[in-house]
Amino acid sequence: MFDHGRVSVRPLEIDPDHDVLEHLRGRISALQGGPTRLSVPTLPLFEGLVQLRTGGVYGVDSAGLAMALAAGASRGGEWIGFAGWSDFGAEAAHQHGIDLSRTVLVPAPGEHWLEVTAALIDVLTVVVLRPPGGAGVDAKSASILEARLRARSAVLLVHGDWPRCETRLVTEQAEWVGVDAGRGRLCKQRLRLLASGGGRPPTRSRIVMGEPA
Amino acid sequence: MRTMVLWCPDWSVTAGLLERAESQNAPIEPVETRAAAAVLAANKVVVCNATAREEGVRRGQRRRDAQARCPELVLLAANPDRDHRWFEPVLTAVEEVRPGVAPLRPGLLAVPAPGRYFARRGVDGEAAAAAVLAEHLVGVGVWDCRFGAADDLYTAERAARQAEPQECVAVPRGESAAFLRGLPVQALADDGPEGAELADLLRRLGLRLLGDFAALSGVSVSNRFGAYGTDVWRRVRGEQVTRLTTRTPPPELACEVSFEPPLEDAEAVTFSVRTTAERFIAGLADRQLVATGVRIEVGFEAHDSGGGAEGVTGRTWLHPRCFTSRDLIDRVHWQLRAQLPTSGLRSRKSAPIDAPVTRVRFVPDVVEPAGDHAEGLWGGGAEEQVVRGVARVQAMIGYDAVQVPVLQGGRSAADRQALVPWGERHQGLRPLDRPWPGRIPGPAPSRVFSDPLVAEVVDEAGVVVAVTARGGVTGEPWRLLAEATRYRIASWAGPWPVDEGWWLELGRGVDAADRQSRAARFQMVGVDGRAWLLRWSSGLGWQVEAAYE
Repeated sequence: MFDHGRVSVRPLEIDPDHDVLEHLRGRISALQGGPTRLSVPTLPLFEGLVQLRTGGVYGVDSAGLAMALAAGASRGGEWIGFAGWSDFGAEAAHQHGIDLSRTVLVPAPGEHWLEVTAALIDVLTVVVLRPPGGAGVDAKSASILEARLRARSAVLLVHGDWPRCETRLVTEQAEWVGVDAGRGRLCKQRLRLLASGGGRPPTRSRIVMGEPA
Repeated sequence: MRTMVLWCPDWSVTAGLLERAESQNAPIEPVETRAAAAVLAANKVVVCNATAREEGVRRGQRRRDAQARCPELVLLAANPDRDHRWFEPVLTAVEEVRPGVAPLRPGLLAVPAPGRYFARRGVDGEAAAAAVLAEHLVGVGVWDCRFGAADDLYTAERAARQAEPQECVAVPRGESAAFLRGLPVQALADDGPEGAELADLLRRLGLRLLGDFAALSGVSVSNRFGAYGTDVWRRVRGEQVTRLTTRTPPPELACEVSFEPPLEDAEAVTFSVRTTAERFIAGLADRQLVATGVRIEVGFEAHDSGGGAEGVTGRTWLHPRCFTSRDLIDRVHWQLRAQLPTSGLRSRKSAPIDAPVTRVRFVPDVVEPAGDHAEGLWGGGAEEQVVRGVARVQAMIGYDAVQVPVLQGGRSAADRQALVPWGERHQGLRPLDRPWPGRIPGPAPSRVFSDPLVAEVVDEAGVVVAVTARGGVTGEPWRLLAEATRYRIASWAGPWPVDEGWWLELGRGVDAADRQSRAARFQMVGVDGRAWLLRWSSGLGWQVEAAYE
């Protein structure tokens, strides 16, 4: 009854309430037996903006955003990893809700960043990568990692440039609250984010980060 | 059965001095040149050595009085564990010569007397055996050891206390009672407070020798002197004989494998230690133990074939949970690889190590009951997978390239975190639950530079901003130059004076020139929404310590 190996091919029944194309796509993926794309816990902060799904590459443009995006999975009990972060702020990660005891950090993978990231993707749910500066990432390396992501049901967050991102979060405007000409201290950050890609129209959202819970 | 007792006088002091010499990496000094020292508990002298006694230090004296008699007195805290720990090598040394050692308490042990095999013409067998033991003990650093031999344990202990350093007092066969009767009653004081009390009482009753005490009638002794008095009375009359209960030597948990001919390749060594590592773990498991710290010793053959001295390198590895045989093999691999200057994908190249390996030895450093480390009923499936995956990364780029971030206490952003290599236990972290005055509250910076970036902050006129002696700024920060980029500063907070670390010794953390100088921290926000944590000091100028993103 639950034998997915042999799916009997029934005559096509078209449900008039659903889109025919959508229906056919669903049937194809069921027949191929490909891994379904599970959603990875994401902080409620990013609701409506981005939802991480396994097998996807997501781009961000600041370290704080990368930590906040990875924090949801870490809070959900998953292992996460950071590769290429030579200036990792452990206390900030902790404040974002990342469980440091389930965090693997490879500060300087150097020229082996591709192998290291692939090995981390094999075992971790979310890998946050800062690709090496300079030459950038070529499409071949990117496709190797993307294939690995789909096979292993992991998520790659990239802080930096990446050829093809499923969704890219860009900070349109950032503003720190709390300091003024010598007085006060940094309290919180107001961000206006633009999420683009993934076959959806770009979405804008305002979020507030940096208020320690 | 003849019994021999070995007594090391004032063992607490000896153990304390040995530990002190070890912690200061100083050579152990022989007993003749030793400084006056005393062990104190609750501010009173418990034990002191002969040098201190000559100066007038006595047991039970207050610390102030003892120091008044002997100002250069070395004070040691009482620590029974230390006494036991340092007595263990003595037990082992004696066991090498004569098995069947019975430790009585730290500083006192008994062995079945080795007797007639050592007898020479003109020298008693027991005296000769004692001389052999004494020579052996001096070899391990114990100078003051005294021996006594008799038919029973009690008499042998009394005899050892009569002996001179490294000498033996042998009580002839069947003459134990006579020997005891000839002793003054003050000898009982060595038994502890109970003995001291009885000795004092007997002295006041006019009984000078133990023989006088033995002459009393058994009924009156048990009436007047209680259980302890009766016990002593029976021993002195030779009616009660204590036998030895010898110890079983501790099990040998260390495992070793030798290679003949020596192996020149790290992969081959790693492959060959597999069964030894499994045997080591199984040996521990048989005793319901697991190792959480293991010392791996690797023996190397000398470089030239001319038969030079063999080298041994050792390193202690700590595991966050407990070692499995696979972990041990990884550690051997890393230890062999750590000596290589090669970089790159190390596991794929099979570079020869600089000297052929003759043997590998696993020594358990810390063992704990296996029950404390049992896996949960449902196992740790996901975690197991992570451990293997990370081990693969370590094999690729080196063992310390994979790290686990941990929080610790501190004032600056870089001080408040630490990176511990994966698979090591973190040690010596500063506690988090202290107030740490001077730290910056609020959201922590997401980028912390371990080496601060050189920066420059200028005011509107282009003059570098500084902090005055009164803690004010010389101008409004206007522009920041960092990482070869100019940023316009929108707002800033500070200066918060930095007042830290000057009490630490030189050579730790910040250098001396910086420590003398004035310093302050700032938070600055650029017009593009970036924010930085900066440090200014009169010695080093502006530095970016961390960035908020």
